[in-house]
Amino acid sequence: MKQKLVIIGAGMASGRVIEHLLDADPDAYDITLFNAEPRGNYNRIMLSPVLSGEKTYEEIVTHSDEWYAQQGVTCRFGEHVVNIDRETKVIEGENGHVPYDKLIIATGSAPFIIPVPGHDLPNVISYRDLDDTNAMIGAAGKGGKAVVVGGGLLGLEAAAGLAERGMDVTVLHLMGHLMERQLDEAAGYLLRKDLETRGITVKTQASTKAILGGDRAEAVLLESGETLGADLVVMAVGIRPETRLATDAHLDVARGIEVNAQMQTSDPDIYAVGECVEFDGHLFGLVAPLYDQAKVLADSLLDEPSAFVVKELATKLKVTGCDLFSAGDFAEGEGREDIVFRDPSRGIYKRLVIEDGRLLGAVMYGDTADGSWFFGLIKDGTEIEEMRETLIFGPAFQGGASADPLSAVAALPPEAEICGCNGVCKGQITSAIEGGATDPGAIRTMTKAAASCGTCTGLVEQLLQVTLGDDFQLPQAQPVCGCTDLSHEDVRRLIKSRELKSQAAVWQELGWSTRNGCHICRPAVNYYLLADWPLEYRDDPQSRFVNERKHANIQKDGTFSVVPRMWGGITSPDELRAIADAADKYGVPTVKVTGGQRIDLLGVKGEDLPGIWADLNGAGLVSGHAYSKGLRTVKTCVGTDHCRFGTQDSTGLGIKLEKHLWGSWTPHKLKLAVSGCPRNCAEATCKDIGVVCVDSGYEIHVGGAAGMEIKGTELLCKVATEGEAMEVISAMTQIYRENAKYLDRIYKWLAKVGLDWVREQIVDDLENRQALAARFELSQSVYRKDPWAEHAQDSTTRAQYAPLANLTLEAAE
Amino acid sequence: MSWIDIGHIDDIPLHGARVVKTPVGCVALFRTGEDEVLAADDRCPHKGGPLSEGIVHGQSVTCPLHNWVFDLNTGEAQGGDEGRIGTYPVRVDGGRLLIDGDAIGKRSAA
Repeated sequence: MKQKLVIIGAGMASGRVIEHLLDADPDAYDITLFNAEPRGNYNRIMLSPVLSGEKTYEEIVTHSDEWYAQQGVTCRFGEHVVNIDRETKVIEGENGHVPYDKLIIATGSAPFIIPVPGHDLPNVISYRDLDDTNAMIGAAGKGGKAVVVGGGLLGLEAAAGLAERGMDVTVLHLMGHLMERQLDEAAGYLLRKDLETRGITVKTQASTKAILGGDRAEAVLLESGETLGADLVVMAVGIRPETRLATDAHLDVARGIEVNAQMQTSDPDIYAVGECVEFDGHLFGLVAPLYDQAKVLADSLLDEPSAFVVKELATKLKVTGCDLFSAGDFAEGEGREDIVFRDPSRGIYKRLVIEDGRLLGAVMYGDTADGSWFFGLIKDGTEIEEMRETLIFGPAFQGGASADPLSAVAALPPEAEICGCNGVCKGQITSAIEGGATDPGAIRTMTKAAASCGTCTGLVEQLLQVTLGDDFQLPQAQPVCGCTDLSHEDVRRLIKSRELKSQAAVWQELGWSTRNGCHICRPAVNYYLLADWPLEYRDDPQSRFVNERKHANIQKDGTFSVVPRMWGGITSPDELRAIADAADKYGVPTVKVTGGQRIDLLGVKGEDLPGIWADLNGAGLVSGHAYSKGLRTVKTCVGTDHCRFGTQDSTGLGIKLEKHLWGSWTPHKLKLAVSGCPRNCAEATCKDIGVVCVDSGYEIHVGGAAGMEIKGTELLCKVATEGEAMEVISAMTQIYRENAKYLDRIYKWLAKVGLDWVREQIVDDLENRQALAARFELSQSVYRKDPWAEHAQDSTTRAQYAPLANLTLEAAE
Repeated sequence: MSWIDIGHIDDIPLHGARVVKTPVGCVALFRTGEDEVLAADDRCPHKGGPLSEGIVHGQSVTCPLHNWVFDLNTGEAQGGDEGRIGTYPVRVDGGRLLIDGDAIGKRSAA
């Protein structure tokens, strides 16, 4: 008969115990799983990416309700355990009793709250679980100031996430430098500098005296007397083992629940695992030892001999763009020696601590690629005297090997940890490869390596390459061009996260293989920089295709075509006269009405461009941007002004939209139309963004195209007023500007992200819609202007349209 | 060689080009990111595209009509394309641009 196993706590440790148990013997136990949180197991260390918006909750779930159901585990989620009755071997839950033969306590840890006055106000929260994370995301949505108390791993991840979500964040840290348990002062300084460039204020040696406020926290008072305004206070000063149930049940508890090497508590039928445990004087906060414990515990439950041993630990910070690694002991001491490497201009710092010819500790900032190799040397106590001279340069420089990254991976011992999140070592991965895994996806499924934060993906790929040789092709996201291996998506992400604000910064920081890019990547990078930093980055005309550099379309014979703007398709006799005069004066051979209801003057000589523009400007006409990856035209029908079917002022809305959007650079050309009724005379349903007016308001359509592919639009939403229509369209334009790959029209980009996602962002989430519209407006404050006038009036620029010299005249004499 | 002064390096935008009309046709002067100046025919041998309107990268230029890329040192088309543009000796002296009059079919005025 099956034994009854009850587990209290559905966290990462107990999730692993259940997996091992079911793998080894699915019929050994009937399992009942209690969890105070109303959900199953998720990867708690990935809450930071959820907070910063890089991942969603769904992406970090490791064991869903369905998974437990399939495995036959009885789940009692959202139910607190009230008591453990060791006499009768019964667990008392809020909703009834459950008997057990064996019990596992996996209650994890609870955040430590400093009991200063005001700590119990409603907007003072800890950072521990999904509910805390959601509370922070909710608070950040309102903007304002956040004070994070605690400059350790958790506090900094919270601060970075809140800053990413637009809050004005201050971190208070009691000690002299950040993460003092993992970093030395120099690395702490670099980390501080990194955070400060993200707009986060850091105050060290700052002791919190009280949290001030009435119904809600409004400010934080420091011992120094300084007060900091706060709309949100996050307490992230530490966690401590959650031992209440164990203490009540009279188990042996020190700082944590005491266990032996088999994970058994002082009651032989009760085990404990994870952060609630104390073993041999140690507490456990990182995930690798938790997983070791889980394996041992599963073995113990199946009467397999197994023993837990404490290993050295390494730490990484999960803040995008902050590369930080720390392992072992790096404190100064008698007989200890330092090797330090600094490259301030690249923000790189490495320090190794050596004692008796062995590596004792390592701290690295800015370049952590060799972290796991150093960590291996620390764990194994390897003799390093012989490689001491080149030790700091990492494995690639040892034993005369070339600087081939693969040789570094090949040199790693089987026990070297590859994936810190899931505690996977090299040996597990190589045996998975021997067992038939040939790509990173299979490795992820078989070992869980690279399944969490993903920073070890490169190492996993290199291992595949080393082990399989030519049989393995590195998977490649389509790179931007031959100058880089990075995809457009990576480049966009890195420009944002590393705050790269110039082309030179992109070439340098992202390792471009060419001096200054090529005709493919330069226009893309120029666009990304301009879209992300509208106030700081200056557009580079030399990184634009000739059409945009010269604000006219180049034709096959090298002449240009000129299209003045006619707002919403409306013109006047004066404008038409000015266009006709200009056509005469500059000998324009062809005058044509375009598909977007504008007039095209074709066949203008390059050197005449500033002249014809100046003339057209004189009549009040400005550039129609018919050449640009930006707003081209807003096509309209006559609407209520003249049409007997018109339901709204479609011409008026078209003009407003064009005046609002003109000049904005976008990933590809952007064409709009407004039709006054569903008869759709302006053909709004095959435009990038189209509006169809109906009696009750405005239907906003997106994702149409009538170019290389013909596609009808899809309905994004319906709004009642012109103002709402304008706001939705601004937000739509901005979300496309911020996310799409260069040269993807809206329909192509939508095929990747999905209309539902866009709808969530700008239809359902009103605040986000407004924020996007505001960012669009900010960028337009720079770019809503006539480029023709700028070129026609600036004598230096104007001169560049003419030849530099004419050496033919004399020869003719 | 007979060097003819045709202007100042700053008359050409960084990563840009300007045209000089010569007896042998239009010659484009390209200024690289490192302030090197290179001179070559302004006409792409493919379909006559004006190379001075192309994007200058490294020591190459990409034709704006159909993206043929030329090495401005050798004049050779790069990649899968075959063709060559003429290149001309040019030097920068104290910021002044000097082109070889012999090569462009014109004797020095000096």
